[in-house]
Amino acid sequence: MPDPMKIRANLVGDSTEVKVLMSHEMDTGLAKDSSGKIIPAWFIQTVTVLHNDKRVLYAQWGTAVSKNPFMSFRFKGGAKGDKVTITWVDNHNETRTDSAIVG
Amino acid sequence: MPRKLRSIPGAAAALALGALAVTLSLIPAPAAAEQSVEKAIEQYRQDLQGGNPAELWEARGEDIWNTPRGPKHVSFKSCDLGLGPGVVKGAYAELPRYFPDAGRVLDLESRLVWCMVNQQGFTHAEATKITFGKGAHKRSDLEALAAYVVAQSDGVKMNVSLADPHVRDMYAVGEKMFFYRAGTHDFACATCHGSDGKRIRLQDLPNLTKKADAQKAYTTWPAYRVSQGEVRTFQWRLHDCLRQQRFPDLIYGSDASIALTTYLAARANGAAYAGPGMKR
Repeated sequence: MPDPMKIRANLVGDSTEVKVLMSHEMDTGLAKDSSGKIIPAWFIQTVTVLHNDKRVLYAQWGTAVSKNPFMSFRFKGGAKGDKVTITWVDNHNETRTDSAIVG
Repeated sequence: MPRKLRSIPGAAAALALGALAVTLSLIPAPAAAEQSVEKAIEQYRQDLQGGNPAELWEARGEDIWNTPRGPKHVSFKSCDLGLGPGVVKGAYAELPRYFPDAGRVLDLESRLVWCMVNQQGFTHAEATKITFGKGAHKRSDLEALAAYVVAQSDGVKMNVSLADPHVRDMYAVGEKMFFYRAGTHDFACATCHGSDGKRIRLQDLPNLTKKADAQKAYTTWPAYRVSQGEVRTFQWRLHDCLRQQRFPDLIYGSDASIALTTYLAARANGAAYAGPGMKR
């Protein structure tokens, strides 16, 4: 089971600002280990963000995204107490879903 | 991951170039370039505020702290970091200190190991099996625990007491080590950290003989090292410094490592602790 995400969601004016840290190796498939063997690619492929039940962000990621990725974005609307739910799925089909309350 | 790393200095250089064009007529070019690179890196750090991946280590460390573990099935809630069993808040700002139950001066990492061995029932070899983690398959509990503990001292003023004679002795040994030249390259810590404007490649090195630099350096470790994708503790910092001096391997939690830590921690007294930090 992958480690939990760290999510912050706060109202900024008429938008909600979401900041999320994900725990993931994000191996590019280009690096080699100490014995010279290629470390296979292992990375987050899709990220979905729901505001309550409505999808506000869907992203397709590749190997150019860093290890332990940090993502920050805003969406219009949102109110204190609303729920923001984030899901990522990687190329091993491992997935993790966490949520936070807008503050 | 060398590939993604290139983007960081690359971005800094691009930003620096813009600043250079403006300041060229006022300041000699090399000085201007250096300053704007520093500024660009500072900007990069600010952009990542609230995005320090060390928080992921803190969360894992908190879990480990509260979970009963080892043959004796005991959690760290009975581990005394100096302010009472299980008390974490502000504890790091007063370490290293003398622990009568251990009969030694201990820093954070060696105290964690002491608790794992003496309270949780691990052998010393088990407790120190992975001191420095590497990726998802070789994670260090000690780095996670350290991240959690130090984060509870964020904003607390460094206050390492030299009242105890054991700590004073360690401080004196640490000071001597700092200036002691040895090894194949006749290096001392002070060779690189004893005057202003020194650097390794592009990394500016703090002049640890100056109070302000010493405070800034100590209070930002442990830190998430972007280039390694890991949280590194102060034991790691010293280990790698001594490696670069071509000294023998610094033994994790050894008196030598604790003496140097005591010297550097006490020199940071008075400054607010601000970790875990984030380094290149």
